[in-house]
Amino acid sequence: MNISEPIRLLLFLAGIMAFVGFNAAYLVWVERKGAARFQRRPGPTEVGFAGLLQPIADALKLLSKQVIVPPTSDAILFRLAPVLVMSPALMCLAVIPFGETLVARNINIGLVMVFAFGSINVMAIMLGGWASRNKYAVISAARVVSQDVAYEIPMLLVVITLLMVTGTMDLNQIVRQQAGWFWHWNLFKLTANPLMPVTFVIFYICMLAETNRAPFDMAEAESELVAGAFTEYAGMGFGVFFMAEYANIVVGCSVATVLFLGGWQSPIGVWSGPWWFLLKMYFLVFSVIWIRWTFPRTQFYGLLNLSWKILIPVSLFTLVLSSIMLKLF
Amino acid sequence: MNPFPGAGILAFIIFCVCVATTVAGGLLAVFTVRIIRSVCGLALCCIGLAGLYYFLHSPFLALMEILIYVGAVCVTIIFAVMLAEPEENVSREGRARDLVWMVSAVLLAGVVFYAVSRLGLSGPWPAPPAPPGDASVKAIGISLLTTYSLAFELISLVLLVAILGALVIARSGRTKP
Repeated sequence: MNISEPIRLLLFLAGIMAFVGFNAAYLVWVERKGAARFQRRPGPTEVGFAGLLQPIADALKLLSKQVIVPPTSDAILFRLAPVLVMSPALMCLAVIPFGETLVARNINIGLVMVFAFGSINVMAIMLGGWASRNKYAVISAARVVSQDVAYEIPMLLVVITLLMVTGTMDLNQIVRQQAGWFWHWNLFKLTANPLMPVTFVIFYICMLAETNRAPFDMAEAESELVAGAFTEYAGMGFGVFFMAEYANIVVGCSVATVLFLGGWQSPIGVWSGPWWFLLKMYFLVFSVIWIRWTFPRTQFYGLLNLSWKILIPVSLFTLVLSSIMLKLF
Repeated sequence: MNPFPGAGILAFIIFCVCVATTVAGGLLAVFTVRIIRSVCGLALCCIGLAGLYYFLHSPFLALMEILIYVGAVCVTIIFAVMLAEPEENVSREGRARDLVWMVSAVLLAGVVFYAVSRLGLSGPWPAPPAPPGDASVKAIGISLLTTYSLAFELISLVLLVAILGALVIARSGRTKP
């Protein structure tokens, strides 16, 4: 296709924003429907067919509400935090390859880009909690930091393990290496590292913790902290935080799909394309929702112990094992 | 990918935005009285700096700047601020001494700025800067462990000193009655 560069970039910009917005809106619907089905009730049914217009109605309600900035809060940071929590997800999606040519900007260090901008997320939630000047929000902010710092380490260790196997940080290149049948995916690359499925599980757990999803949703533990860092936010300020949570889930699942599940490659070797990427990504997203409504919230000490006592040693072991395998074979 | 018409102007505008972000972040970090805002200024400054690195054909360094300085260092600083002092008590004492410090700091900053810019503009550079590599893992690893191994080891020395300093401060606080 002969589209000039600025028009292509604008198209991708609009496309990514639409993708994120659509996902954030409709994953809320999926979450509510899924939660309802797991609990044997119908979920939203009133607005539109099977409640399909519910997210639009919610958004309109949130938009029409007054955005209240508490007088004791730090007004600038308070308003800045929702923007800051949403924008990294948009930046990350710019380098995710949806298909062989369907990628906004294919840079050869795409993996670093995703993790660099992903790390801003912590700061955004923390600033939101801090600027609120609310005891619950500050506790939540402190929890977010200790949790995300704890889980960033095993996540990066796992990614380094994978990096040693692939030898490139170009996300599209990583996907191309996984062509063919599904046992060519990095998840099943047992000849490179026999513990590859374990690294995927560690990555998945860390992703759950980084996106603050149950069973690790310490930041907004409703029964203890009202709504955590978002307690003081009203109207669309809260709505943006809510959207950002789903946007981050989409980014996390996309990265997991690209790194471990072969991205846009077909599992049977033919008809590769973006549809496979979306299928795998939405399967992971569904599993995230599934886990949320299946497992209860863990204790905070349990959460930190899991990271420092189990995940970090295991991921270090996979790292060493992978380097030994790399040297021997 | 050939440049489209107006690309030069657009690049210049983005460059100006990067410079403005860096300077504004630095000024915010220095001039605000709320410590949390000065950390935010530091983060802003780092993001602007990352943009400048990108203009210098080193995207890896730019992303590392964001990953390490914004993602790790600023988060750690904010965490420390949170643990240390929940309320800001701005004391307005000792204005004369403040003035002396300010003048000396400005003088020192001016001298450093002059020296660095003079060195950068007219200094005899023994070797031309390394050509921008392909920024692959392999190239970065090789250059870190061969060409720049001395700098790499020296940086680890800095970290060692930092750890020792942290230990000393923590121990002295603990043993004090």
